[in-house]
Amino acid sequence: MRAFAHLLDRLSLTSSRNAKLVLVRDHLANVSDPDRGWALAALTGELNFNAAKPAFIRKAVEARVDPTLFRWSYDFVGDLAETVSLVWPAQPGANREPELSEVVDALRSASRAEVQSLIERWLDALDPDGRWALLKLVTGGLRVGLSARLAKQACADLGALHGQSVTVAEIEELWHAVEPPYADLFAWLEGRSDKPDADHPGRFRPVMLAQAIDEATDFPKLDPADYAAEWKWDGIRVQAVSERGVRRLYTRTGDDVSGSFPDVVAGLEFEGALDGELIVLRDGALGAFNDLQQRLGRKTADAKLLAAYPAGIRAYDLLLDGEEDLRALPFAERRKRLEAFVARIASPRIDLSPLQPFETWDGLAALRTEPPEGDARLSEGLMLKRWDSAYEAGRPKGPWFKWKRDPHLIDAVLMYAQRGHGKRSSFYSDYTFGVWREDAEGARFLTPVGKAYFGFTDEELKLLDKFVRDNTTDRFGPVRAVKAGVDFGLVLEVAFEGLQRSTRHKSGVAMRFPRISRIRWDKPAREADELATLEHMLD
Amino acid sequence: MLKPESLLCPKPDGLYCPPGDFYIDPVRPVDRAVITHGHSDHARSGHHVAAATPETLAIMGERYGQDFAHTVEPIAYGQTVTRNGVEITLVPAGHVLGSAQAVIRWKGLTMVVSGDYKRRRDPTCAAFEPVPCDVFISEATFGLPIFRHPPDGDEIAKLLKSVKQFPERAHLVGAYALGKAQRIIMLLREAGWDRTIYIHGALERLCALYQAHGIDLGPLAPATTDAAKGQFAGEIIVAPPSALQDRWSRRFPDPVAAFASGWMRVRARARQRGVELPIILSDHADWGELTDTIREVAPGELWITHGREEALLRWCELQGIKARALALVGYEDDEDDG
Repeated sequence: MRAFAHLLDRLSLTSSRNAKLVLVRDHLANVSDPDRGWALAALTGELNFNAAKPAFIRKAVEARVDPTLFRWSYDFVGDLAETVSLVWPAQPGANREPELSEVVDALRSASRAEVQSLIERWLDALDPDGRWALLKLVTGGLRVGLSARLAKQACADLGALHGQSVTVAEIEELWHAVEPPYADLFAWLEGRSDKPDADHPGRFRPVMLAQAIDEATDFPKLDPADYAAEWKWDGIRVQAVSERGVRRLYTRTGDDVSGSFPDVVAGLEFEGALDGELIVLRDGALGAFNDLQQRLGRKTADAKLLAAYPAGIRAYDLLLDGEEDLRALPFAERRKRLEAFVARIASPRIDLSPLQPFETWDGLAALRTEPPEGDARLSEGLMLKRWDSAYEAGRPKGPWFKWKRDPHLIDAVLMYAQRGHGKRSSFYSDYTFGVWREDAEGARFLTPVGKAYFGFTDEELKLLDKFVRDNTTDRFGPVRAVKAGVDFGLVLEVAFEGLQRSTRHKSGVAMRFPRISRIRWDKPAREADELATLEHMLD
Repeated sequence: MLKPESLLCPKPDGLYCPPGDFYIDPVRPVDRAVITHGHSDHARSGHHVAAATPETLAIMGERYGQDFAHTVEPIAYGQTVTRNGVEITLVPAGHVLGSAQAVIRWKGLTMVVSGDYKRRRDPTCAAFEPVPCDVFISEATFGLPIFRHPPDGDEIAKLLKSVKQFPERAHLVGAYALGKAQRIIMLLREAGWDRTIYIHGALERLCALYQAHGIDLGPLAPATTDAAKGQFAGEIIVAPPSALQDRWSRRFPDPVAAFASGWMRVRARARQRGVELPIILSDHADWGELTDTIREVAPGELWITHGREEALLRWCELQGIKARALALVGYEDDEDDG
């Protein structure tokens, strides 16, 4: 338990992806089975106990610590699990510190009544970090800012430590075929045994991703005849699998989201695996991304929600047809099979992403700038796929490109800056910017419309940081207010993908994917855009 | 029996002794000051007479220049001086080099002003000595039951493990310039870290002073800018806490921001300061040390000078110990010192 507690402790304060990978990889390398396997299961969200409610923990601690002292402590710390882990009176020598696997085994087999006394005994035996980790584990949700994908990457890195060449895609494909505490997975990663059998009905197949195209350097080298084009849909990439009675809906990282989309899962009346875009689909027409957002992040969905935002899949690839794995076939071949497949299942919830015929890159460029009426207007741009490309996991350079529509641009004024994290902790690197609006008397004032923390170079970051430090008007913790008015202010050209009404923002609008595209040192703040300009851009 | 207030009483400038006509750790210049230790919120310049241990006087001279007081009066540990019949003895407090408790005796009444103190071993200063007394006047910087500092060795091991785990990064340790910095260097030495430790310019003179007092900090070198960035990969650099997020830190390769302080016990504090590796190491007594010390000294009455006094008062109430808070102002409840 101690090693696991230290791992969680460090992960909770580490922001760099690489540093997190090292921490998890080293844990998997240095801790033995089965403890490391349970740690991996906890990190990937495979362990969910909810064995204790906050009220029980509070009662247990108040039986041991003066309630007044506890209340003051809680006020100071602000987090229940952390407060309890710190004030719980140690009982040195009372019990042996439990290993993670003992805790997991006991939680899996004990009754609810037994669990409570077990937790109290463990809290007696552990040190504060151990108590904190235990409380996170038993109350459900570690929340240490680590994605399941990152944990799987750490597994691949563990393989590399042992001279094995393992990709994260292989781990993902295996993932649903292995069970915690993953002894067989580790044995393979450490070169002690063969790869576990991935043939598991309903499993996830790692997805193929596209490179962003560089118009200036890529197009001259590409022959339009080699590529198919289709619209890039603004939904969620999913893989729908229906295999030997098992139906699953996965995100592109292999997270199982079947529970959130029972309507889609019910419609998987086929034997195979489709790659496509999860969208809101009303009588064959695409809904806006905002509609889809109503369905995301929910563990379950009620009938009302399902009726208001019916979800479906716009299919663009076929990985498995019956029992036949198509991934090695060229795209042209898979596309034919896909068209026949979609026509055969004839489901109102599954349609086909149409190909866009074109002759020249210029012709395609015109189409991208002025999409035809209908769903295409809601697309993010175009996808280019080589006719002869096999379905390859990861993001290979060349076979698939994405060619997004040019973003919206506005000129906004820098209003606030916040310190970054990790490498950027000495920089003011998160910028809140605003545009002009008028009050009742016609006086102009800035209203914040968004926040961006990338899009600039390291050199530009230094200059922005200096500007913030030189023009600070106020400080609120890690945030600085920056001098910004009609006569003085820094104009930032902000690029974004879309704009939606929002009741949560004072300005009434919310940007999608905003980033700094240029710093307009030359432009007077008074000439930045008005809120009205943005309102005209609303999707 | 004498009322203790007739021997020591709180005034706006600090604790005052009417019969002896002196202040203890006054926050403004006074005629006569007894100073418990060299941290700037306790040791101010400009007093007419400043009495303290020779080490504390040396620290003040280093920080403020040799003319920091008109007259200095060194009092060695254990030595007693008498002023208008009031006996003043300085006894080690275990806080930093030269730190002392002021034991004040008059007409059979003994009062002990702890200054800042801790109870665990510190290789850079003499250990706290409990003195039985009628009134114990304690600090309470960490006066909440959440504060139980872990063993020093575990914290140093955490740092050394991280250095091993991230050999391409520099480890930047924020530590208060007086006391904490030298202590962490000594603890690293004891743990076998014999490489050069790089230090921020603000630590140089105090480290030299510690060395001159026989505390062997091992090889130190300035963390200068002219060195190649890669030179600091795998190294440990000690700097004042304020430097961690300062532009100064940009000279190091992808630094791991570590911070040695008792406040690091609370994750939100670490997060707020952008600390990636909290090192829970304090020169102040934690909750256990505070309450154990009160039990051990067993005073007739406890006074609390500064810190989180309400929780300690509550504990005294539960234990049936007479206690009052003086709520002295001017002693920083600062995150940097801790």
